[in-house]
Amino acid sequence: MGKQTLSFTLNGEPVSVETESHLTLLQLLRDKLELIGTKEGCGMGECGACTVLLDGKTVNSCIFPAMEVDGKNVVTIEGLTDAQGNLHPLQKAFVEYGAVQCGFCTPGMVLAAKSLLDENPKPTEEEVRHGIAGNLCRCTGYIQIIQAIKAVSGQI
Amino acid sequence: MEEFINVGKRIPKMDAEEKVTGKAIYIHDLKIPGMLHGKILYSPHPHAKIKSIDTSQAEKLPGVKAVLTGYNIPPIKFGVYKDNVPLKANKVCSLRDEVAAVAATDPEIAEEALDLIKVDYEILPGIFDPEEAMKEGALLIHEEHVGGKEKKPTNVLNLPWRLIAGDVEEARKNSAFVAEDRFKVTWVTHCCMGTSGCVAMFDLKNNLTVYSITQIPSLEQRDFTDALAAMGLKGKKARVIKTMIGGGFGSKLDTYAFEYIAILLAYKTRKPVKIIFSREEEFFATSPRQPAIIDIAQGCTKDGRLTFRDIRMILDNGAYTSWGATTPSVMMMPISSLYKVPNVRYIAKCVYTNNTYSQAMRGYGNPQATFAIDSQLDILAEMAGIDPLDFRMRNANTPGEVTPQNFKINTCGLRECIDAVAQKLDWRQVRGRKDGRGVGMASLIHVGGGARVYKSDGCGTIIKMDDFGTVNVFTGATDMGQGSETVIAQIVAEELGVRVEDVVVTHTDTDICPWDVGAHASRTTFVAGNSAKGAAKKVKDQLLEVAAKSLGESIENLDIRDRTIYSKKDPEKKSPLGKVLRAAHYTAGGSMVMAEYFYDPNNENLDREFKGNLSVTYAYGTHGVEVEVDKETGQVKILRYVAAHDVGRAINPMLLEGQVYGGATQGIGYALTERLILQNGKVMNPNFLDYKMLTAKDVPNFETIVVETNDQFGPFGAKGIGEPGLVPTAPAIANAIYDAVGVRIKDLPITPEKVLAALKDKEKK
Ligand code: FES
Ligand code: FES
Repeated sequence: MGKQTLSFTLNGEPVSVETESHLTLLQLLRDKLELIGTKEGCGMGECGACTVLLDGKTVNSCIFPAMEVDGKNVVTIEGLTDAQGNLHPLQKAFVEYGAVQCGFCTPGMVLAAKSLLDENPKPTEEEVRHGIAGNLCRCTGYIQIIQAIKAVSGQI
Repeated sequence: MEEFINVGKRIPKMDAEEKVTGKAIYIHDLKIPGMLHGKILYSPHPHAKIKSIDTSQAEKLPGVKAVLTGYNIPPIKFGVYKDNVPLKANKVCSLRDEVAAVAATDPEIAEEALDLIKVDYEILPGIFDPEEAMKEGALLIHEEHVGGKEKKPTNVLNLPWRLIAGDVEEARKNSAFVAEDRFKVTWVTHCCMGTSGCVAMFDLKNNLTVYSITQIPSLEQRDFTDALAAMGLKGKKARVIKTMIGGGFGSKLDTYAFEYIAILLAYKTRKPVKIIFSREEEFFATSPRQPAIIDIAQGCTKDGRLTFRDIRMILDNGAYTSWGATTPSVMMMPISSLYKVPNVRYIAKCVYTNNTYSQAMRGYGNPQATFAIDSQLDILAEMAGIDPLDFRMRNANTPGEVTPQNFKINTCGLRECIDAVAQKLDWRQVRGRKDGRGVGMASLIHVGGGARVYKSDGCGTIIKMDDFGTVNVFTGATDMGQGSETVIAQIVAEELGVRVEDVVVTHTDTDICPWDVGAHASRTTFVAGNSAKGAAKKVKDQLLEVAAKSLGESIENLDIRDRTIYSKKDPEKKSPLGKVLRAAHYTAGGSMVMAEYFYDPNNENLDREFKGNLSVTYAYGTHGVEVEVDKETGQVKILRYVAAHDVGRAINPMLLEGQVYGGATQGIGYALTERLILQNGKVMNPNFLDYKMLTAKDVPNFETIVVETNDQFGPFGAKGIGEPGLVPTAPAIANAIYDAVGVRIKDLPITPEKVLAALKDKEKK
């Protein structure tokens, strides 16, 4: 199996890692780089638990070839807190609005919300719902997640 | 009302920060040095004899450390009926039957090894319809299983669910109106976003540790101890340590083959072994909510008072027995005690088939039964010419009532709930338009004060305090995301006069935490909450005793507020908690401030007639919906959704709303979209594209109404609220659809196809 060296920006820092060419981005992150914040809920591109940001856009890392991040910018949930460990406003809002129960969907959900707000800082509720529709949550019924996102965009 | 500092506050879940930053460790994230990966080979046939298994090729694959089959493992039996074994020998009875397992250095190698195992089967005909399986002379799933007085071989389980109160036949004769219907409910599954898994390991003395995501740590420990005995390791210890749990909803109330397989592989290899389910496995190899065929009759007087309820039910048990088979015990609750109904008869049979076997799922039989009961209530109300709202009010339960199953209802906010829902929906104005829009409602009763399912319904708590005022709480309770640790911290903080941030709750390790029967029956806030409150009270007494000496004040005059012990007589006399604690520790002949408390509620096991006061108190609620039905497509759109719950007291309104939103969302899925499709025992939709969970685009903006009845037995008045949110959802929606377009759908889920077909049928008439 072919090995290749990948160089990309991960959570703001340059990384260079040797990897087998068949790996998914999720495997690279979780197994090689031990960034366990990215979750695998289905491994089939259907639940969004593995969402990360690639050049600011969400991708399902479980079906995304690791090779293709070469030269790009990847942000995982670990990259959202600042250097002092302060939570990102979205993370804070998720905590404060009760948007987290079992938490398994949460990292992917937060990143989907970030990508949405980066592109559209004042989304309508429709747009918020649409923006996280690819991320399944079994616990919360989404309501408090939607509230948290609306709070960050200054709409609550 | 009393002023509370911690109770009643919207306090964020204690582990939310860990989770929102990706730092929380779930079972999937766990790595232990030397750990191997286990994989399971399932039967490709729903019913077959195993003629031979050849594992020699698999064993030779580099990286493979052990291969097990049903022919080389010790005789471990598990499940509610002890009719299941970790790996099957001789015969397989369903497509999730485990026939072999591999441990290898990496998951891909283990997977590859499974392909090298050769199993020779003799295919047997299968039986997938419980009504077929019940027939005399039907093919037998378990040849050795006998039942009835004559002890004849049968597929019907020896669980004679039968509740009789009053005289149903007589009441039927005297009823002015009688409705008779058949309802059907099908499989739905938990869809925990974190799939199942565990890591098992042995120490040098053969004591076992299992990293687990169970909802029943103490009972799991017992099951594993039994397994050790079956392995010839009698007297060895089993320890269960929980990681974060990626969702529970009842799925983790039993022990499963994969856990025993991990244990056996770990024992064989002397290495930690991890098994993690793929999503596909999660869909076909975990236990869903069971299907039921429900024949129901209810009657009422001319003025709309219920006279009787008569229900017969057939449950598809699947090939083995877990808690699914005992759901009739919970179905009895709404059947006997939802609305006042003096005469009740309920007979249920669970039947073996070659389908997947069923488990508990949030609500535990209650949503199934309530769908039939509360759908039919509307049918009956229409016969009697009474508005369903008035019909429900007329029959609503009231405080002080003793129901036909001998439930003693103390607080009961059902009337308030019905009324609040009707007001919010503007019921009188909007009902009965038949213009494609309609409203419907349905109610619920559920155990709210524990449930004596086992001999004990207890939970233990240990509290110790350090030198600085930190309160360490060790509870038997399990948090799987619902927030029990936060609620327990609030209760302890309130009782002790400290703040939630002073409290650290540990609930993850059977070596450290006290005993508990598990996270089921919405019992945690009530039972673990009362247990924690009791322990906190004892700790408080100790603190006051120490302070009494140093402050020169009598104990009765002392209290604790905001981390300070003070005299109620002379507020100048006060001392910070830390100082009191240090005095306790550093004084000659000093003492340690700590206490334990075991709370076992004063509820009753059901007797031989299935009667008894199962719970100390009962939770009530009513859901109301407004829907719009598209007559062209059969699509049902929920326009408004009102959920009113009698919760006793909301210890944490935010977490409580989360339970209601999440529950009702699962309930809407149950009503409209979710269905595990089985064909000849095979799950046809083992993925999220074809199994339709609701997304953020599908949920309505729930309007919640909290009715606080302040139950005298609850911790600060609280009742359990984990399950109620999904119980009345399906009938409320079915009733609203009927109000909108005049068609009555009696089997779930209510898909657009069914609505459309019913509309066509109606036109023909
Ligand atoms: S794990 Fe990638 S979409 Fe589900
Ligand atoms: S919080 Fe459990 S899946 Fe979203």
